[in-house]
Amino acid sequence: MALLSCRNLSMAYEGHTVISGLSFSVEKGDYLCIVGENGSGKSTLVKSLLGLKKPAAGEIVFGNGLSANGIGYLPQQTDIQKDFPASVREVVLSGCLNKLRGRFFFSKKEKARAEETMSLLGIADIRRDCYRNLSGGQQQRVLLARALCATESLLLLDEPVSGLDPLVTKEMYGMIQRINKSGITVIMVSHDIPSAVEYANRILHLHGQSFFFGRTEEYIKSDLGSRFLSAERKERKNG
Amino acid sequence: MAEFFVSLRDSVFGMFSYGFMVRALVGGLLISLCSALLGVSLVLKRYSMIGDGLSHVSFGAMAVAMAAGLAPLQFAIPIVVLAAFLLLRLNENSRVRGDSAVALVSTSALAIGVAAISSSTGVNTDVYSYMFGSLLGMSKSDVLLCVVFSAIILVMFVLFYNRIFAVTFDENFTRATGTNAGLYDMVIAVLTAVTIVLGMRMMGAMLISSLIIFPVLSALQLCRSYRSVVLVSAALSGVCFFAGIWISYHFDDPYSIPPGAGIVLINLLVFLLFSAVSFVRRHKKSVSGQKAGG
Ligand SMILES: Nc1ncnc2c1ncn2[C@@H]1O[C@H](COP(=O)(O)OP(=O)(O)O)[C@@H](O)[C@H]1O
Ligand SMILES: [Mg+2]
Repeated sequence: MALLSCRNLSMAYEGHTVISGLSFSVEKGDYLCIVGENGSGKSTLVKSLLGLKKPAAGEIVFGNGLSANGIGYLPQQTDIQKDFPASVREVVLSGCLNKLRGRFFFSKKEKARAEETMSLLGIADIRRDCYRNLSGGQQQRVLLARALCATESLLLLDEPVSGLDPLVTKEMYGMIQRINKSGITVIMVSHDIPSAVEYANRILHLHGQSFFFGRTEEYIKSDLGSRFLSAERKERKNG
Repeated sequence: MAEFFVSLRDSVFGMFSYGFMVRALVGGLLISLCSALLGVSLVLKRYSMIGDGLSHVSFGAMAVAMAAGLAPLQFAIPIVVLAAFLLLRLNENSRVRGDSAVALVSTSALAIGVAAISSSTGVNTDVYSYMFGSLLGMSKSDVLLCVVFSAIILVMFVLFYNRIFAVTFDENFTRATGTNAGLYDMVIAVLTAVTIVLGMRMMGAMLISSLIIFPVLSALQLCRSYRSVVLVSAALSGVCFFAGIWISYHFDDPYSIPPGAGIVLINLLVFLLFSAVSFVRRHKKSVSGQKAGG
């Protein structure tokens, strides 16, 4: 059974339809990139997967014991205030909140998990630093660590590299790839199609009311894929 | 120097020899702690004005209760809790701008309160005491109420510490990982409302909001983690309360400073001090940063 599948999903804001008739499924271990222009509904889709926004029609089904609460999420634009004083450790540990269930305090196990995740992402030595004083790349790592603490199976990343410089972007992609290789399913929203094609094994391209969903190789050969990829190549040559 | 400390000690211990002073200290210290803890979330979520608005609603509700011969606290607490829900909702669904909504509610409540008082008893000292508090006039039962409610608030805050941090830091993430963020927003709202109603008795509508805002703003100048902000603002709030009371007690010749005003002034002083330290620290850092870079 698929880890997650969407059947005939439609999403709307106050009657204005953003997505309609969308169907796709994600298997365990997949690396799915959701691409599409700004405003095509990528973040809206993410919100529906997380259960933050109800579908106008259709359904989202979770398999393999996953539920919306077990998804590790890295938001596109956080409502985190610029001047919020929180240490790196506090932010990462807050990712374990869904493991508390009825308890009030974090156990040794959850604290150890936060420590491990910080070491894994190379932020262990800044664990006492204030989140607001970090560079953009460091902040994204912290949020990735927090997301990783929240899940055993599925990471959902909404434009995790936007605003990062090329070097840091590459590092971030590398990290996400390693996490995926370790067995965690990744769904990543991106508007960087060349990188999506490089890393992902499945592509979901939202385009107006239509969409493409399939293997990356199929996407490259498809109408939509070849059109967007050649447009990107041209832009790179000119730029 | 030694003489100064002896007289300071005598003056501080002297305070404890009056029953009304002990009551004021115990009740006030507890309320100060509670308001500083809740203030952290209110200030960080940019809801400080809600605290101010609620104190006016609390004034209005107490005035109406007095005019109607109802028990003031029992009447005011549910009303203020309701107002807290309303204001938080208004802030989220921003049809009406949040800050105008707060101004709207708080001025109306103030008007209703004044109208209720003057139509029943005529403006008298009661208005003054509700505007500026009657810290030194707390009865035994007032203090008991303070102790009970503060204990509940402190315990709830400690128990929900991790969740309160999460909803304050990033509500969407917290919601996405399955925590009922709305519920904890409500917990914060209820605790804040109760703190404000109790604090109103002592500090008055005018000054309670400063108890919520000042210690947190001071702590924010220097702290680098949420936990330290919480601990430092609670400590500052207690210390400033004590110092403010002492000033008001000590300098009562020939004119006295009301305790509420004394507490706010001390808080202001601490805030300025902390801001200065923070400014110097940042300035030093940027200078050394330039040196290292150049
Ligand atoms: N909260 C909202 N209320 C109304 N419309 C919205 C809201 N959020 C997004 N939209 C609209 O939905 C469409 C899709 O937005 P979004 O999912 O953020 O796109 P993307 O993430 O692909 O850039 C856009 O046209 C946007 O204007
Ligand atoms: Mg988006």
